[in-house]
Amino acid sequence: MTPPDYEYLRKLLKDHSGLDLSADKQYLIESRLLPLARKAGLAGLPELVQKMKGGSAAFIAQVVEAMTTNETFFFRDKIPFEHFRDTIMPELLQARAGRKSLRIWCAAGSTGQEPYSLAMCLKEMSAALTGWRVEILATDLSQEVLEKSRAGIYSQFEVQRGLPIQLLVKYFRQIGELWQINADLRAMVQHRQLNLLHDFSQLGSFDVIFCRNVMIYFDQDTKTNIFGRLARTIEPDGFLVLGAAETVVGLTEQFKPIGDRRGLYRPGDSRVPVAKPAPARMAAPKLTAMAAGA
Amino acid sequence: MKTCLVVDDSGVVRKIARRIIEELGFFIMEAEDGDQALEICKHALPTAVLLDWNMPVMDGYEFITHLRRLPGGDKPKVVFCTTENGMDHIARALAAGADEYIMKPFDKDIVADKFREVGLVEATSPQIA
Repeated sequence: MTPPDYEYLRKLLKDHSGLDLSADKQYLIESRLLPLARKAGLAGLPELVQKMKGGSAAFIAQVVEAMTTNETFFFRDKIPFEHFRDTIMPELLQARAGRKSLRIWCAAGSTGQEPYSLAMCLKEMSAALTGWRVEILATDLSQEVLEKSRAGIYSQFEVQRGLPIQLLVKYFRQIGELWQINADLRAMVQHRQLNLLHDFSQLGSFDVIFCRNVMIYFDQDTKTNIFGRLARTIEPDGFLVLGAAETVVGLTEQFKPIGDRRGLYRPGDSRVPVAKPAPARMAAPKLTAMAAGA
Repeated sequence: MKTCLVVDDSGVVRKIARRIIEELGFFIMEAEDGDQALEICKHALPTAVLLDWNMPVMDGYEFITHLRRLPGGDKPKVVFCTTENGMDHIARALAAGADEYIMKPFDKDIVADKFREVGLVEATSPQIA
């Protein structure tokens, strides 16, 4: 793809969606737009850009949609959910033992795979959570995506990405060719439409915030601004989980990475140490000594 | 080298599966039915078995019940790969000792995901988008 074409796409996406593509996101453009080009019967990306310049608003909308819609799997990237099970929950079970309640926010909940993966994690450790009130709030920009999440209905293809077969059997029921996550898990997740660019202080405070693969779309200033507001909505000893390609480094001092726990962050002013041995009843705790903050 | 026995009565499916699983770093053996597959396993147990359900002579379900009774037959990771996509079939397969279950049609991503799930291939670094 030629630099002028790249620049054209970059500017157009920024104007239409706030999506900010840095110069190194060529692969992202190719992986998202080549299928679209083929579907439109075009030879490749130069032809696609040509067609966009031709001024078809509907086609431009398709391009923006393809670039901003995030693919999502159950237990996507695995590691964040291991952190949740092995680091976050053991610690919060101790820290919140008095009030026995937890609030978790999926800030880019998309079609539900992430909040429901967390719900399944919680179900798997339900013995340790007897008498607890755990709230999962899933928000997303798109009302349509939230509708899908609420319904909790997935295609055969979707339930085969990232979801161990044992969990499919345990937590889903079959409706013809589709699969629906069970009602008790759906009841664990609240849904709400939300644009992260707008004020979200009314949501209250959270012990855990999953905010994965959404920051990559914003420019530096917007990222810093959102991190600042996340810091005000997270408990001082809470946990922030970012996507694999995301970081706070150079953007904010309000969150610090946790030693060897990739993608896991704590509020920067927290003096609460991270690791304590997990209670024996936790499933597969793998906690070892590690540094608090970094 | 890790070995994978691909068991399916369709030559086309075996060919597609072979290509995908070879890319994951396996040496591939093929069988057209459960009986052929069992003979191969009695000779040398593979690391993994990709197993169709409906086949002539001996079906996949019967094969896995025999396999799991062989000496060391609990070792191979068995991944069903079948058009039988009902909850009842999946539950039966798991009860018989299957490790994972793929509902056809399948693609490379699904096979790689499922092989990763049961530890046959190492997790790659997470995708960015």
